Amino acid sequence: MARNTDSNTYTLLFAIGMVLVVGSLLAFTASYFNPTITLNKKLEKQQNILFAMGVSEGTLSGNEEDNTSFVSTDKVTAEFGKYITTQLVIEGDKASQDSLAYLIDIKKESDQVKADASYVRKLPLFIGEKDGEKFYIVPMRGVGLWDAIWGFVALEEDLETVKGAFFDHKGETPGLGANIKEPYFYQDFAGEKIYSGSQFKGIVVAKGNADPRNADKNDNEVDALAGATITGDGVTAMIKKDLAMYLPYFNTLK
Amino acid sequence: MAEVAEQEKVVKAPSEPLFSKKNRKLITDPLTDNNPITIQVLGICSALAITAELKASIVMTIAVVFVLGVGNVVISLMRNIIPSKIRIIVQLIVVASLVIIVDLVLKAFAYELSKTLSVFIGLIITNCIIMGRFEAFALANGPWKSFLDGIGNAAGYGLILIIVGFFRELLGSGTLLGFAVLGDPIDKTGLYALGYENNGFMLLSPMALIVVGLIIWVQRSRNPALIEQE
Repeated sequence: MARNTDSNTYTLLFAIGMVLVVGSLLAFTASYFNPTITLNKKLEKQQNILFAMGVSEGTLSGNEEDNTSFVSTDKVTAEFGKYITTQLVIEGDKASQDSLAYLIDIKKESDQVKADASYVRKLPLFIGEKDGEKFYIVPMRGVGLWDAIWGFVALEEDLETVKGAFFDHKGETPGLGANIKEPYFYQDFAGEKIYSGSQFKGIVVAKGNADPRNADKNDNEVDALAGATITGDGVTAMIKKDLAMYLPYFNTLK
Repeated sequence: MAEVAEQEKVVKAPSEPLFSKKNRKLITDPLTDNNPITIQVLGICSALAITAELKASIVMTIAVVFVLGVGNVVISLMRNIIPSKIRIIVQLIVVASLVIIVDLVLKAFAYELSKTLSVFIGLIITNCIIMGRFEAFALANGPWKSFLDGIGNAAGYGLILIIVGFFRELLGSGTLLGFAVLGDPIDKTGLYALGYENNGFMLLSPMALIVVGLIIWVQRSRNPALIEQE
């Protein structure tokens, strides 16, 4: 080695230089792309909300093969305005309209409740209309095995029957827990009841419910994914906990 | 210098020099005789984690080929100015920032794809093959050789990943790339009509280890040069 790269001074200078170069490179890249990434996330939320209530690319094109793809990003804002008639923010026992309710960060809201128990959480609720039917779409967020999971559950006008659901995750195991975003998992939720009799049950992702076709829509259970017990339990807990927060408001509507 | 460092790395090298002048060998060797997973036993962790289905194996392979190819070149270009005391940290920084930049670009321009890949990002940074090749090869060789070495090792790693993913998805779920190739397990069509059942155990990580073990067994029994001498 021609240069003395072992001296302490060189090592220190190299480390400082490297940190400066890499740090500014990353900071520049992050802030340069930030607006595009924020927009992508916003559109994705609109896509998810529409998808949960059954508005997909297939609804627009009439092609059934597209029923499992989102409304494309260039059309989604217009379609969102068309199908989602009301966006509500529920705070305690009052509900107000807010056309930006879908941008409420549920994670921040739940963090704030944790930090300050007296904080009244803002709960976004979306009301959509499709073919003359009215749907209530509830956003939710929970924890899977490795990281956050979230989703949207659309309820029919009786506020008991699930119209559709969509789940997503940050870092569940590919091939196992990550399959909560596959159609064969979330499609099972359609038609399920969140009440058993008059008691609120949520929907349980159940192992061994001996109903792989999910023919029994009154058992409050859907078939679990093999090898993804913890993620499934996370979905169960998320649905139960987050839907429960909306029940007081739903009861005023009934 | 390079040859010496490399031979030490190899668990049991055949008597002839593993890395001859032919750069081609840099690519072909890691696919067989010097496979990162089955011979060097590197990158096992991600091989267990994500091979429950074939698609994930393929995606991970492409991601690692890219990161290791580019990363090896970057480290190789820097090899004469990196202080040896902090070289591991420097390598980590290079691979981490490379991966973060790729992730940001994907998030901005290919959002859907980035969501598929997001799980792998963390796994790539901690993949020991990446650090292993930086340390064993790129620090001592020129950019072109390092590039070939990176591509070769990533491909060798990916080959095993795809083989394991193939068997785990086929035997565990009865599908390949999501297509039901063995029939419908609920309707009992195809193979299931004969009483065949999916083996749910194949979906769990320990089975990946057993499949890798079987691959090593087959490979060693077919290649006498790999058999350890008493």
